[in-house]
Amino acid sequence: MSTPTYFGSLNDFKKGGVTVINDDPKHYVFSNVFEVASKSKPYEKVAVGKNLNYVIEAVRAEGNSPWYACEHDEAALVMDGEVEVHYVKPDRPQTPAGKEGTVKLAGEPAGQKMGWVKVRRGHMALLPKGAAYQFRSAAPGVMLVQTILGDCTVEKWGEICQK
Amino acid sequence: MSLAPLTQVRNKAVNPPANKLVSKLVNKQGYQSFQIGQFKFERDEYFAHILYPGNRHIVPIEAFLRALMRDIAWGFFYGTVNFDRVFGTINHYGTVEMFVGLNNTAYRSVHKEYVETFSSKDLKRVFEAVIEDWTNAEFDPFGAPAETGNAYGLKQGDNLKAVQRQRLSAKRMVGLPGDLKMRTEEDGFPVNRAFADVPQDKPELHPAPGFEGQVYAVNLFAHLSRSDVTWNPSVVSVVRDSLLCATTEEFVLPVIHGNDRVEWLVQFSDEIIWDVEDKITGMPACKVIMKPGDVAAMPADIRHCGYSPKRSMLLMWENNDGTLPHRHASGELAPYPVEF
Repeated sequence: MSTPTYFGSLNDFKKGGVTVINDDPKHYVFSNVFEVASKSKPYEKVAVGKNLNYVIEAVRAEGNSPWYACEHDEAALVMDGEVEVHYVKPDRPQTPAGKEGTVKLAGEPAGQKMGWVKVRRGHMALLPKGAAYQFRSAAPGVMLVQTILGDCTVEKWGEICQK
Repeated sequence: MSLAPLTQVRNKAVNPPANKLVSKLVNKQGYQSFQIGQFKFERDEYFAHILYPGNRHIVPIEAFLRALMRDIAWGFFYGTVNFDRVFGTINHYGTVEMFVGLNNTAYRSVHKEYVETFSSKDLKRVFEAVIEDWTNAEFDPFGAPAETGNAYGLKQGDNLKAVQRQRLSAKRMVGLPGDLKMRTEEDGFPVNRAFADVPQDKPELHPAPGFEGQVYAVNLFAHLSRSDVTWNPSVVSVVRDSLLCATTEEFVLPVIHGNDRVEWLVQFSDEIIWDVEDKITGMPACKVIMKPGDVAAMPADIRHCGYSPKRSMLLMWENNDGTLPHRHASGELAPYPVEF
């Protein structure tokens, strides 16, 4: 029998870390998505990785999110919990041409309902370009979102990273 | 520690086609020998012998084949693939430098490094010929030690199915219609013994008619649980140059990877311990211990090797922008992704 596979969760995570020999731990920008989400507001999109203009964000899923849209594809990977993603094809573009990153909308846009998915830990949902979407989660969960740095991205490296 | 400038003249000439350089001579152990440029490769029962002008370097054959397999599968990867602390390759995306001692303080301090440049295509062809001939029937260089036979001994058959696996890359997202397929039992990907407890449930999909290819989700962890290879990332999601590369790891990363850009790691399951060193000198920098949910950058000026005591799931996040190596090398970009 093999050793059980250990996935972390919002309520059960053990953090590793950087043990320095001859370097600065800040160079490794070390954080933990469960710890970040445990201290975040619902749907606060906190950057935990940044590669020039690209980011991966830790998102605490809890209740209904605002409606969002994006000019390019994004992807959401559930790390803990269960989340529904509801999609609408807006009648009119919701984002300025060339705008990068997630755009928060004032509300559900007028348009055609595209359907929805229910995703759990380990499931990855496509957030297709041009669509509007909303996350719904009955209980606190955690998602990792692959996107581009945008107006909704929150950068607070000094608070979340090992120093 | 600073090193003396590189004095070895780097041969920038494109070498003759590799198929003219593959020796058909078979040694007494049954293995072919190979040559490209002034490098010669020979194997016996236990070792790979890398001969170059004035000297030779020896690597235990299992370690050599495991490293060679990754270098081939990754297309020489991003930056430097050190097979060990002496021999390796540096990807220049079209050409590849193959070296002895280039990233080794002792070699460099006495100017004993040796470097040749080849077209990527030619070197890949020679490397493929080497791995096909030198891998015996029971050995899989991608397999964890607990899952494969040994690499040693006299020539005994081959394992072309194992060494000719294609690298898997999604164009948009794994599982989407027309894109990289999810691994399934029917396609010959059973759940790995170490991931027998990983849920295989599927997301609930409720697309309205006409939106089936857009309202979409997959079980990425189930896909990973069926991976038949270790230390071999495959692209699972793409946002322009942002590539999520998911992989399963067990035992030791067979190479010491030297970055030419920043890459990021996200630990999905279990634990990996990374040894991080200065990219050129090899001086130890730190250890990074990663547990589930941990995120860490690997800066552009380091090299790293990972140890996974149990088969684990890891996300490597890469920026595929082809300008990055030059921008880091020129100093335009800092080696670290974030200042705080």
